Amino acid sequence: MTYDILITALIIVAQILAVVVPVLISVAFLVYAERKVLALIQLRRGPNIVGPFGILQSFADALKLLTKENIIPSGSNKIVFILAPIITMVLSLAGWAVIPFSPGWVVSDINVGIMYLFAVSSLGVYGIIMAGWASNSQYPFLGALRSAAQMVSYEVSIGFVIITVLLCVGSLNLSKIVLAQQTVWFAIPLLPMFIIFFISALAETNRLPFDLPEDESTLVAGFFTEYSSASFVLFFLGEYASMILMSSMTVILFLGGWLPPFDVYPLNVVPGVIWFTVKVIFILFLFIWVRGTFPRYRYDQLMRLGWKVFLPFSLFWVVVTSGFLVYFDMLPN
Amino acid sequence: MVLYSLTFYLFSSVAVLSALMVISAKNPVHSVLFLILSFVNASGLFVLLGAEFLAMILVVVYVGAVAVLFLFVVMMLDINFVKLREGFLQYLPFGALLGIVLVIELGILFLTDRSSNIYNNQTPIQPIINEVENTKMIGQILYTEYFYLFQICGIILLVAMIGSITLTLRDKGGVKKQNIDSQNTVDASTAIEKKKVKIGEGI
Repeated sequence: MTYDILITALIIVAQILAVVVPVLISVAFLVYAERKVLALIQLRRGPNIVGPFGILQSFADALKLLTKENIIPSGSNKIVFILAPIITMVLSLAGWAVIPFSPGWVVSDINVGIMYLFAVSSLGVYGIIMAGWASNSQYPFLGALRSAAQMVSYEVSIGFVIITVLLCVGSLNLSKIVLAQQTVWFAIPLLPMFIIFFISALAETNRLPFDLPEDESTLVAGFFTEYSSASFVLFFLGEYASMILMSSMTVILFLGGWLPPFDVYPLNVVPGVIWFTVKVIFILFLFIWVRGTFPRYRYDQLMRLGWKVFLPFSLFWVVVTSGFLVYFDMLPN
Repeated sequence: MVLYSLTFYLFSSVAVLSALMVISAKNPVHSVLFLILSFVNASGLFVLLGAEFLAMILVVVYVGAVAVLFLFVVMMLDINFVKLREGFLQYLPFGALLGIVLVIELGILFLTDRSSNIYNNQTPIQPIINEVENTKMIGQILYTEYFYLFQICGIILLVAMIGSITLTLRDKGGVKKQNIDSQNTVDASTAIEKKKVKIGEGI
């Protein structure tokens, strides 16, 4: 009886490790890939010293950061200051619990998977606000305020995009959302929503051109100005892990998750997890490409885009989609 | 079952303790953070009851949006809490009265026949597992039986929103705004204007 509980617990821990460890390793390679792609865009070479083609650069950086002294400013609110990076890190990993990598490859296949992801991504703002407030310094505080306003604004349009997808699926379960795309990926019929979701995901993860919370040319480093060493590493890992999480969310909602592009012979032999990874890498490449191409938005432009363009348009598209589905009697079940 | 009870006691005790900390914490920002902890634990209790949709809505709406704005406001306002606490004893009788009234009301509710039927039922409360997801069940009842009430709720919220906008929106004047349409139509020929400026006069 007690052994049963122990074994179940061990299996759950093993499952969690099987998801978290690859995510953390992929964060390291994502950082390397970002530096390399940006270097190629700017006709530089990028990291090329540590390991073959500089592939071990991120590990070297992580080691360097972890061996440094962890400075906690004397004027800071210490408990909140230390909690903030931990919260960012935990939340960016918590979302992975419901991501289906392949049929059945999911830690927890819950009914309200997409709601859970949405909830976790909306909680991500707390790490930033707490960091900005606890640092007790102007730059981080400004960064935190910007971040709070930005993430709340773009969550609204993300919510409407999710509603549009759910109208076409009829379930909140992520596996069912993927399986509903067997005939056609939602990126094709819902192309405008796909674009809005991608841009909102950029804003939600504080990536360029919406990286106003850390805006290094005006706010030093934004909300993590005062952070050093291990707590900085936690922020860094958390940001990139949530970037990968948002990309997988995009893949699941719009690019058919683990499904091959066409259900024909050589393509459908490839395991689902490989398709999933390839698509996530493609979205991540878009993230980096956008960073290398666009200048930073001004704050008022950011707010205008969120509230005056995306919100009305996504609301309109929800109405259009539901009207279409009702008129042609295509509502699921 | 043991695990279920353990998680229940974990969530409920943290929820109650953090609720206590909300009113006893010295720093207002800490209060809001404890409030958030309390919300999260309440949503954990919902999950244990099998109401996963309600749990997620609680996190998305209250923790993800309302509490963020709350924290935003509390952080921005420079409240001197020592000063605010000076009147604590003055309001104590009123607060105690409110508390006692609430306790009496809850007691009456608990002791009346209507609710005691629920509690006399000896079977322990367990997650209700149905074929239909509770998201669908909520949708089916909300958009059929309670359709008008639901719409009225929406209208009330809309009225509140318009009210708060009209209260706070005022044209200050002198605010520089960018006209996006005219900005986008600018090209090299319209962006640059050549002027011959006479020395000592300016434009």
